[in-house]
Amino acid sequence: MSAPRSLLEPARYLSRAEAEALAKRVLALATADATRVTLQGGSRGNTRFALNQISTAGDDFNTTVTVRSLFGKRSANVTTNKLDDAGLRYAVETSERLAKLAPEDPEEMGELDPQQYAESRSWSDATASLDPAARADAVRAITQATSAAGLHGTGYLETNAGSFAVANSKGLFAYARGTGAALTTTVRTPDGNGSGWAGAAHNDWSRLRPAELGARAIEKARRSANPVAIEPGRYTVVLEPTAVGNLVQNMGFALNARNADEGRSFFSKQGGGNKIGMKIVDERVTIVSDPLDPEAPANTFNNEGLPTARTVWIENGVVRNLAYDRFWAQKMGKQPLPFVASLSMSGGTATIEELIASTQRGILVTRFWYIRQVDPRVLLVTGLTRDGTFLIENGKITNAVKNLRFNESPIFMLNNVEAMGRPVRVSASESGSPGVAVVVPPLKVRDFNFTSLSDAV
Amino acid sequence: MTDRREFLRHGSLAAAALWTGACASGAPATVPAPTRTPQPTRPTDVEVPTRELMMRALDAARDAGAGYADVRIGRYRNNFIVTREQQIINVVDTDSIGCGVRALVDGTWGFGATRTLTADAVAAAAREAVAIAKASRIARDRPVEMAPTEVHRNVTWKSSYEIDPWTVPIEQKVDLLLRANAEALKVPNVKYVFSVMYFVKEDRHFASTEGSLIDQTLIRSWVPMQITAVAPDFSDFQNRSSVVQPAGRGYEYVLAQDIVGNAPKWAEEAAAKLKAKPVEVGKYDLILHPSHLWLTIHESIGHPTELDRALGYEANYAGTSFLAPPEKMLGKLKYGPEFMNVQGDRSQPGACATIGYDDEGVKPEDFLIVKNGIFNDYQTTREQANWLKWWYDQQNVTPRSHGCSNGDSWASIQFQRMPNVSLLPGERDIGWEEIIADTDRGIAIVGDGSFSIDQQRYNAQFGGQVFHEIRGGKIVGMLKDVAYQMRTPDFWNAMDMIGGRRSYELGASFFDGKGQPPQINAVSHGCPPARFRQINVINTGRKA
Repeated sequence: MSAPRSLLEPARYLSRAEAEALAKRVLALATADATRVTLQGGSRGNTRFALNQISTAGDDFNTTVTVRSLFGKRSANVTTNKLDDAGLRYAVETSERLAKLAPEDPEEMGELDPQQYAESRSWSDATASLDPAARADAVRAITQATSAAGLHGTGYLETNAGSFAVANSKGLFAYARGTGAALTTTVRTPDGNGSGWAGAAHNDWSRLRPAELGARAIEKARRSANPVAIEPGRYTVVLEPTAVGNLVQNMGFALNARNADEGRSFFSKQGGGNKIGMKIVDERVTIVSDPLDPEAPANTFNNEGLPTARTVWIENGVVRNLAYDRFWAQKMGKQPLPFVASLSMSGGTATIEELIASTQRGILVTRFWYIRQVDPRVLLVTGLTRDGTFLIENGKITNAVKNLRFNESPIFMLNNVEAMGRPVRVSASESGSPGVAVVVPPLKVRDFNFTSLSDAV
Repeated sequence: MTDRREFLRHGSLAAAALWTGACASGAPATVPAPTRTPQPTRPTDVEVPTRELMMRALDAARDAGAGYADVRIGRYRNNFIVTREQQIINVVDTDSIGCGVRALVDGTWGFGATRTLTADAVAAAAREAVAIAKASRIARDRPVEMAPTEVHRNVTWKSSYEIDPWTVPIEQKVDLLLRANAEALKVPNVKYVFSVMYFVKEDRHFASTEGSLIDQTLIRSWVPMQITAVAPDFSDFQNRSSVVQPAGRGYEYVLAQDIVGNAPKWAEEAAAKLKAKPVEVGKYDLILHPSHLWLTIHESIGHPTELDRALGYEANYAGTSFLAPPEKMLGKLKYGPEFMNVQGDRSQPGACATIGYDDEGVKPEDFLIVKNGIFNDYQTTREQANWLKWWYDQQNVTPRSHGCSNGDSWASIQFQRMPNVSLLPGERDIGWEEIIADTDRGIAIVGDGSFSIDQQRYNAQFGGQVFHEIRGGKIVGMLKDVAYQMRTPDFWNAMDMIGGRRSYELGASFFDGKGQPPQINAVSHGCPPARFRQINVINTGRKA
């Protein structure tokens, strides 16, 4: 086992050797034509705080084994977390029984031969060794400041350390370990009239600055008190990187060639086919996934054991790639191109302050909330601003404004770019868990479509 | 909030690639009863000495210094069959078993969990819970105090299901889905069908240092389907989903939905949306079907009446509530018209949040959240009930948890989760047709669609699945690109007509999200159809 992290037990995730041994135990039990074993798990530490004190804290760990059994073109999967001999045998037997009963899948592609993989860059010892007492210290760096300021500090710190492995009966074996950390805080005025948020996420805990996040949220909470109402409508907006991440990450899941070719995606082309090669957004926009980027690392293989590599989805505004699964790639005469669980967007050099200073009248948005798809045909989503929304007049922040609901598409937004700042890693997941790596710039965008006001603070 | 995006995303490849792993979103017909096949007994069913392990964990927590502790050993199983058109995409069985221990030390919580079910491992988890509580003590100034509860020794409970889905052969499940898909694909312009059977089975065991010892089993079933029609020139596509609601029932519920018989109707609705008229922006009387209204209830009544939210405990994620502070709201806020009564319960047979005992060993009770139009109560746990002592004193009631504690697995810390929150039917024996007949100009909405609401539950926007244009008391055509925007108290006070008992139905979500780390919760909302006067409708159609 590896470096210590918990109070009482060593770090609890499977090392490469342990994963390989466990996969071999499962494969030795298998009698199917082909078998795949996926191992996933590790430890998660979590500490929540509310009203300036820790409300709950816990550690949990789990490891799951998924067995995929294949007979001809019939397959099934069984997942278990019971890793003794009886538990594994039950999983293999059930998977094989279900597979034999399943109808043939004409799209079955079989298991992959052994592949070569780059070493994953997702691990950080600083994250893996953060224990509950250290988490409490980090939380206290925020709650002491909020308490001293007469405000209510609320928030969440989560770290995880785990591994992921894929093995199959043809000899393929892929292994990666990774860590993640996220710290987010919402600071509110006791009368409920002001609310400010700050948050950060990284694979490496040492890159997070708890006291700095607390100070930023405190400043926003104070400035956001007693907001004024403005008319909904189209506004120039300065979006902080988190707000950009909230919207742009929604595009990631639509980058699917099959849905596009089938005519049921934004990336479908009228008359048939898809938009690869077509310009869809501003030429300054490039969106890339690179599993080896240290700022936005991701697994170097997918759950079939297919290697992932740097992939340019959008280059200078033009769609360069869409993800192809193995079946669709074969059918369309393409190479398979897996999704990569990270996203990096190009940017510029402006600071947030410069974006604000260049704006005559606009709205500064800290983050967005409850974003849900309204129309998949244009990736239209709705949601609201939250925890720090301000009016910009003549290059300066003049007032806190009430929160606003928008109905907007990241595609339209990226066609209306006025200026871009320097990209940074953000905590863009709605839940405050580490999630996938998202690196995006702050943006100044014109004609952002706000459709109604909210009384929510 | 509720989140089915991950699950319903077709290219679940995307989700599967994530580090944290993929988590995953009529008239009864005569269907022959399925035959049952014997299943191999999983060794853990008989081998795990659940009670001994739970006692061992409680002893270890007490020895380490816990003033109170509870332990949950749970086995959580899922079974999915995922199909598209005439293919099986996936057949999946998942099985997770483990032990979680919660310890209260000097007024501070700690939690430890392990999948290793040995005496040593559960004792270590208990000691870890105590150690975490002690480590977290530095950042607290008010101690946790729990409201008293009855002790339930050696009790058992089982949810209301007739056929355990784990006894139904896979061939029967697959056959039903593929036949439904085939029926849908016969409709012109309908090109794609995604359909799933999704079953949940939970064996939950609970013990506390107060002496409760509880064993429970529950089953839930759902058939998500999405039917897609594509215009011949690829200029448009439309989906019809939200056709079968999740339920706290077994395979008999799936059979009763008659997905094969209903598939053509649902497919025709998808195809008709290609030709539907774009809605004109404006104010309309909305008639909301239970298959739609459940989600509006969930978001605008279910969530704001969670007491932890109202007091700021969920501010960093789910948000707070417009129903705050409690002393200005309870018994005072007019939520809606006098005929509006909203009940919280965990007792309705077939509802998703129904359970015998909650995750603190409390037997839940039915309670009125809205009583004769006035806001009357919040959802509570043992820790929270005392926070409303002043209110319960006024009613001459002893503060007592409503039984809303839930953890979504053995590895999750239990906390306040939504019970079934339902709009009670009206006294007049009317239904959907009568309300339509009484409406001069409006839109009748069937099925839930896009949904979004702010962090205090004021401003919401809801789409739907099928939008019927109503003129002169009759359905005159289909509309598209419809969404309504609302402010919660204004919206409910605009309700002027509801159906009676015969029109009451349950809608539900398997994926209500709350908490950090985020946990899911399955919850149902019962309601009759209801009419809302002069609600703001927007047109969501945009061209790329």
